[in-house]
Amino acid sequence: MTDKKSPSKLRLMLELFISFFKIGAFTFGGGYAMIPLIQHEMVEKKGWISDDDILEIIAIAESTPGPIAINMATFVGTRTCGFFGAFCATFGVVLPSFIVISVVARLLREFSDIKAVQYAFNGIRAGVLALLLKALYTMYKKVKKDVFGYVVMLAAFLVASFTDISVLIVIICCAICGIVSSLIISRKEHKL
Amino acid sequence: MIYLELLWTFFKIGALTFGGGYAMLPLIQSETLSRGWVTESEIANFIAVSESTPGPFAINMATYIGTDRGGFLGAACATLGVVLPSFIVILIVARCYEKFKTNRFVAGAMTGLKPAVVGLIAAAVISVGKTVFVPANLTLDIFKTEMFYMSAALFIAMSILAFKKVHPIIIICISAVVGIAAGYAFNM
Repeated sequence: MTDKKSPSKLRLMLELFISFFKIGAFTFGGGYAMIPLIQHEMVEKKGWISDDDILEIIAIAESTPGPIAINMATFVGTRTCGFFGAFCATFGVVLPSFIVISVVARLLREFSDIKAVQYAFNGIRAGVLALLLKALYTMYKKVKKDVFGYVVMLAAFLVASFTDISVLIVIICCAICGIVSSLIISRKEHKL
Repeated sequence: MIYLELLWTFFKIGALTFGGGYAMLPLIQSETLSRGWVTESEIANFIAVSESTPGPFAINMATYIGTDRGGFLGAACATLGVVLPSFIVILIVARCYEKFKTNRFVAGAMTGLKPAVVGLIAAAVISVGKTVFVPANLTLDIFKTEMFYMSAALFIAMSILAFKKVHPIIIICISAVVGIAAGYAFNM
């Protein structure tokens, strides 16, 4: 029994690695762009997880730290094959970016003195600013619009723009504020 | 020790970023700028590189800064650092998802974190905007003003395309071509 079990587990680990390597290699723009690909590969082709699992993963990924792609790879890996599955899936999803960027970083160093490259990046920065504005709008739409939300949004913006206080501290303080305010709200509801 | 510093810095970044994509940008900016590892315009340039190469933004950024600071081993340390917190947290959460989902502290923290990320990204947009409209390295006055109008026009045009859901890579390509054309035109 055990003899038969171990090669199939190895095979599953290899499949996890290959699947997530493909996902890592073919998604541009990270996180959410990965979801359709994961669904196709994991739900439809391999049957490792269900559509409900995908929704669950998205919810978890949003409320745990770290890049969504890593969260998803680790989650699917654990569900299908335990710790080593998680390891293989995560390693697989990271590897393509790691290889590509290692090469690109060196090329950028070498070509950054060329006039045309500098001109190109002058234009590209304007385009990137447009992309960021769009991303900001998309995230703004998803936030609950109440007084607390607006106060936190404004406070985080002001502190990050006009003081030297580290963003790390801003994030920790906002999390604590969220916990305190929701505890106060739930206590009030209990009294009513 | 640069390797340990890379590992620890990116571990912090990985541990305290919630939500995907650009949610990581404000933290990466503040942590790497304060250490003098990159300049503001290098970060803006790299956003474009990251959009046009596969993989998540955070991994790309960690690998890039790691390579720049400490070669292959530096890249490995930075990437490991940014991956490790999510890996550990998800290993735990995958086992006790129901408890995690209904935990009041997690839900409460998220009500504070979601608007915070929006405010922080707004600050990051301003900082990238400075590198577009107030470039420090340009000295010729005429060149500077023409460059300014070019950037403004390009930014408005690209914003319209972005909101019409044109693919980021197309937007970056158009911006690069316009940038090169404008650069040579104004320099002559």
